[in-house]
Amino acid sequence: MPDSAVQEKALLDKPRLTREQIAQRAALELPDGAYVNLGWGIPNLIANYLPKEITVYFHSENGILGMGRRARPGEEDYDLIDAMKVPVTLIPGASIFHQADAHLMTRGGHLDVAVLGSFQVSEKGDLANWKIPGAKGSGGIGGAMDIAAGAKKLIVCMEHVARDGAAKIVKKCTYPLTGLACVDTMVTDLAVIDVMSEGLVLREVARGWTPEEVQKLTGAPLTTKGRVPEIHLPRVLPGLLEEK
Amino acid sequence: MKKKVYSSLDEVVADVPDGARVMFGGFGGAGFPNNLIQALVRKGVKNITAISNNCGTRDGELGLMFKHNQIKHVIASFPGPHANHFQERFAAREVTLELVPQGILCERMRAAAAGLQGFYTTVGVGTEVADGKEERVLDGKRCILEMPIHADYAFIKAQKADELGNLTYRLAARNFNPIMAMAANTTIAEAEELVPVGSINPVHVMTPAIFVHRIVQAKGLHYAG
Repeated sequence: MPDSAVQEKALLDKPRLTREQIAQRAALELPDGAYVNLGWGIPNLIANYLPKEITVYFHSENGILGMGRRARPGEEDYDLIDAMKVPVTLIPGASIFHQADAHLMTRGGHLDVAVLGSFQVSEKGDLANWKIPGAKGSGGIGGAMDIAAGAKKLIVCMEHVARDGAAKIVKKCTYPLTGLACVDTMVTDLAVIDVMSEGLVLREVARGWTPEEVQKLTGAPLTTKGRVPEIHLPRVLPGLLEEK
Repeated sequence: MKKKVYSSLDEVVADVPDGARVMFGGFGGAGFPNNLIQALVRKGVKNITAISNNCGTRDGELGLMFKHNQIKHVIASFPGPHANHFQERFAAREVTLELVPQGILCERMRAAAAGLQGFYTTVGVGTEVADGKEERVLDGKRCILEMPIHADYAFIKAQKADELGNLTYRLAARNFNPIMAMAANTTIAEAEELVPVGSINPVHVMTPAIFVHRIVQAKGLHYAG
């Protein structure tokens, strides 16, 4: 095994953020009062980690603005579900509308932030998140392409590398594309990275990681602006999860 | 005046021919016209082109029609993880699929409803959705041309209908229903409740009666999954 491969193997064994911690870090990117759409997977966990002092209005592409927590057992109403078919509740000030208006909001630049999962992101911010090449079955686009095209700010939450060790942040996506040059920020289990006109800028690294180590697991060049701080996660208070 | 209210589900779908293009409301388990779908299954129509966000939940929703091989082509955005009957037919090449981004599916139907001949959008540019579509640059942005989606029938699930065809929907069971109701030549609504004309407050009407041609009362069905 060449030296670099040995080194990478060791890197892959280093502790990283959990999926919940990625969500917790991404939650800090949401401004108070923002209208926000959360996609499947890690982004869906973000609702559990909102700082207590802010209110965010969650949008669902099936026509809800102001989604609250998930319904408790016995409280479920299957006419009030999120985009993952999970029964939800509404917060005061919520509204309901049809699917065309829901996507007018996504496409027309009305949502402040959208957070999606992804298989690959390119150094130009191209997003590939709807289909794995060669996967069985039809696949499905859902609302991802409308959301990618229109959100004012698009954040991607994902693991930094694929299960097989392949980089997910790449020079050019090889997976089927969802949208071109649409990603603004990536929050991974290793780093926070901004997609800028000059390329990918490493803003923060996970505790115990150096920018050089993160670069080794990234398929496109990262630049830095001065010292790169570690990702700081506020302590989660017990009970906060359920009440939000 | 022609009466819009039908007394039976079988009667209300009786003239749907083989090969018809049919829109089906609903999203992720809410707002599917399941009673009308079951009536189409009983009728045994074939070679339907289905326009719907999803392709069924096991034997529920459109799953039943795929199970009986009644659909030959689907226009959908997200067939869904539990659309096993669709996936089997798709793998066997017994059904073809056009995948459309969800909001663009809405707008293509709305274009049909609004008498528009198409529109340009940035959604899907550079993806496989753009294959074969006209591309041009508008206002400095790459765009593709999307065409309207018309249908012979729209099957709608409403909460309340008056005898004239004014409709309301319950919570997020609204989803695609009001859009499809406007886009088809013949719109058939199954409603939980049928009420006299004048008993829905005009400002609460979500689909105006002009778009609705037939109404049938039926208790709604949900499929878990």
